[in-house]
Amino acid sequence: MKQLFTFVKKEFYHVFRDRKTLLMLFGMPIAQIILFGFALTNEIKGSKILIVDYAKDAASQQLITKLSSSNYFEIEKSFADHNQIEAAFKEGKIKLAIIIPQSFYDDIQHFNKAQVQVIADASDPNMATTLTNYATNIIAGYQSSLSPTKKIPYRIVPQIRMLYNPELKGAPNFVPGVMALVLMLVCTMMTSIAIVREKEMGTMEILLVSPFKPVFVIISKAIPYLLLSVINLIIILLLSVFVLDLPVKGSILLLFGASTLFILTSLSIGLIISTVTTSQQSAMMASAMGMMLPTMLLTGFMFPVENMPVPLQVLSNIVPSRWYYIIIKNVMIKGLGFSAIWKETLILFGMTVILLGLSLKNFKNRLA
Amino acid sequence: MAEPVIKTNKLIKRFGNFVAVNEISFETYPGEIFGFLGANGAGKTTAMRMLCGLSAPTSGNATVAGFDVYKYPEKIKQNIGYMSQKFSLYEDLTVTENIRFYAGIYGLGNNEIKEKSAALINQLGLQNEVKTLVASLPLGWKQKLAFSVAIIHQPKIVFLDEPTGGVDPVTRRQFWDLIYDAADKGVTVFVTTHYMDEAEYCNRISIMVDGRIDAMGTPASLKKQFSASSMDEVFYHLARSAKRSAD
Amino acid sequence: MRTLKFLLQKEFRQIFRDRIILRMIFLAPVIQLLILPLAANYEVKNISLAVVDNDHSTYSQKLISKITSSGYFKLTGYKANYNEAYQLVADDKADLVLEIPNGFERNLVREDEQKLFIAVNAINGTKANLGGAYLGKIISSFNNTIRTQLIQPDRFNPLPQIEVASTNWFNPLLNYSFFMVPGILVLLVTMVAAIQSALNIVREKEIGTIEQINVTPIKKYHFILGKLIPFWILGIIVFTLGLLLARFVYGIVPAGNIALLYFFLSIYLFALLGFGLLISTFCNTQQQAMSVAFFFIMIFNLMSGLFTSIDSMPGWAKIITDFIPVSYFIEVMRMIVLKGSGLADIKYHLAAVFALGVVLNTWAVLNYRKTS
Repeated sequence: MKQLFTFVKKEFYHVFRDRKTLLMLFGMPIAQIILFGFALTNEIKGSKILIVDYAKDAASQQLITKLSSSNYFEIEKSFADHNQIEAAFKEGKIKLAIIIPQSFYDDIQHFNKAQVQVIADASDPNMATTLTNYATNIIAGYQSSLSPTKKIPYRIVPQIRMLYNPELKGAPNFVPGVMALVLMLVCTMMTSIAIVREKEMGTMEILLVSPFKPVFVIISKAIPYLLLSVINLIIILLLSVFVLDLPVKGSILLLFGASTLFILTSLSIGLIISTVTTSQQSAMMASAMGMMLPTMLLTGFMFPVENMPVPLQVLSNIVPSRWYYIIIKNVMIKGLGFSAIWKETLILFGMTVILLGLSLKNFKNRLA
Repeated sequence: MAEPVIKTNKLIKRFGNFVAVNEISFETYPGEIFGFLGANGAGKTTAMRMLCGLSAPTSGNATVAGFDVYKYPEKIKQNIGYMSQKFSLYEDLTVTENIRFYAGIYGLGNNEIKEKSAALINQLGLQNEVKTLVASLPLGWKQKLAFSVAIIHQPKIVFLDEPTGGVDPVTRRQFWDLIYDAADKGVTVFVTTHYMDEAEYCNRISIMVDGRIDAMGTPASLKKQFSASSMDEVFYHLARSAKRSAD
Repeated sequence: MRTLKFLLQKEFRQIFRDRIILRMIFLAPVIQLLILPLAANYEVKNISLAVVDNDHSTYSQKLISKITSSGYFKLTGYKANYNEAYQLVADDKADLVLEIPNGFERNLVREDEQKLFIAVNAINGTKANLGGAYLGKIISSFNNTIRTQLIQPDRFNPLPQIEVASTNWFNPLLNYSFFMVPGILVLLVTMVAAIQSALNIVREKEIGTIEQINVTPIKKYHFILGKLIPFWILGIIVFTLGLLLARFVYGIVPAGNIALLYFFLSIYLFALLGFGLLISTFCNTQQQAMSVAFFFIMIFNLMSGLFTSIDSMPGWAKIITDFIPVSYFIEVMRMIVLKGSGLADIKYHLAAVFALGVVLNTWAVLNYRKTS
């Protein structure tokens, strides 16, 4: 045991003396939390729109005022001519165009019916749909403002209650995701690089010649990153509680327990990568190209898994961060206990065992 | 006496308060094998880097191949060869590819490249290894190849930084045969080494201690000067009073 | 210039000898481009719904069947009370609970107004919003149907109605992959170019071959060009592969000028490689270079405008995106590929990326010194 401690100490020196890498390792979760917390949002607001007003009468003015006073829109231009719409879209700033016909006011007065045309730049389909919806809602609001006293009979009024996240903040969704992403990437990448670097430099042989079992060499490489990841976890939790106002509803112990399991899983993936790559460059590329995008996209925090085509859903089952994400959501956001997460925990545990077994077998084979 | 190929006068290199090279002055002549000895940390590598144009001196003068080290480092580079401690051939390129690359970098024409690489391969006996990746070559062959590549463009001087580290005595001997060969052709060989027996192979040597050159001359004259029977003793006599010890 | 030729020969040989790097440069982007756009889909459908029907009336049955036949929702639970339904939400088996109160039909007719209770799992705010909105639309449509049944058909409707005619341009089918594929391609090319160029130089530093280069007559700019040009070419190749995939797998045919696209790509790669180069001048080990590169690439990816909209960002974040080449390219990709924008439309983007490229490359070159 004392020997293991010596190895671990050496690894710690390696890791903690490399200031630049450390900075990045700790900087990543902090940067992500800040970005997700304050800069990135799925909400759409402040979109630049174009209004072509052929009517230029009192009614159209009122409608335009209503549109411009909404948070969702910023009226970029008010053209006279709808032929310029295509050019405006091509220029890229305008996302939506609204055309008010010449007879707007008259139509409402005489026929109680008028038409407004909304053209969306659907190169971003999501934005197009959302902006069209916003515009439609605002126009509907204008419509009911024309007859404020009339009440609509037989109304069904839905009462909506938002569970777990009444303010619809983004944090409950992405903080668990950031945790999964950061832990996975740091552990996988860093561990695989650390091991491969010794291979590349040739010092691995020295270690293997020592009276140590190869297993311990590997374990000693992994331990500093385990510690680093736990520290990262603490940083993320502190940030989310104090900066993002997102408390931990469930048991913190359970949270750390599950996280440690997930860290082990990620470390095992790093181990496997290190057994199949021979240069640091390839280890890095395998971790980055191979793991980053799939983890970001298949974990379920950026895009819901249920929407994906079935083969991808199946694939996402293999991505460990997916299960960890569910565990964190359940424990941290919903405040549930072990009974709610035993299935996912078991899956993670199984994955870790398989991965560790594979990597150890591979490791021994490569040496023989 | 011919014009010196290397001439230094009170060359100094300071890093902050630390004086790595302390007023060294010496000359080397064409076709000479000049051994640049010293303990670890004595300042050999730093001095050599200044002569190669890799590092600008803090003060003092030096000319290499007739060019001032301050004003024309790039011209110096065209006229020297260099082989570093790590050999620095590309491990993931073949023997031929390495030769052709360096020959091309030094401006040899296509025909010249073909001729010279064929000659080099023959001289080293590497005909069967032309397509082998350098990574697969034994250490001794790598060294010899690296040396030959370093002089493929027939430079006036070739700088060798601890070239024979880690190799068996037979291979070392073969390496020195190559060095003699080059010197015979008029190339000045400036070599740093720890091996005192190699010091005996040189025409003249200098010994650096704590940044200064504390002794310079032929092996025979130095042994007489210090009443020593081997270069080992000469070295020991000078180096044991050294204050610096790590490179 | 001959020197450059030899340098390039060496670089290409080294790159193509490393199998794993090759796979990463060519295979990984291809695979990811095939898989990821399928995953990156903001459409919301198949929302699992748990229903608690306390009324068991014609109206409640009709409403439920209207909801389940809409295609947006999947009925995953039909429970007797709210608590049981809530448990489904806690177990992640339902996203939404709809509770129809006792006396729904009767009270609606008699009292003119009736409430419906909906509980939504709001952890994913977007999903909750959209799910609630869809449900709201269906309920409102159901409401209208009931109303017209109950009200005399010949009664004059005094309420003014403004009809909104909406059309979608450039992507009338609202095909999400048209939006994501060009963007993901940009990210992939970015990762390959930036990471590789940073690592490559640092590798030479680490191994020691860089000292050998420093001693030769190879000039600073030769060396740098020798490092940049191969990855510039590789970046273009990867991009071309991506475009072909986009064409033959996703049916995306660029509406605009392909030459213009490649022109922008060239300048973009110039900037990106400068970035990689700059990183390599600050780092001594590959691990450092990788960590730094990765850190920035993660930020670039997130702030690029691909996953979230730049317009929605606060002012300070928008300013940061002005310095990120990726965000410009993503916009330009969409503009040219989907809308057919021309040179005049992208001149600002072009200038910005070119300026960034000049700054990054100059800084890097100044940093890189053969003589210390």
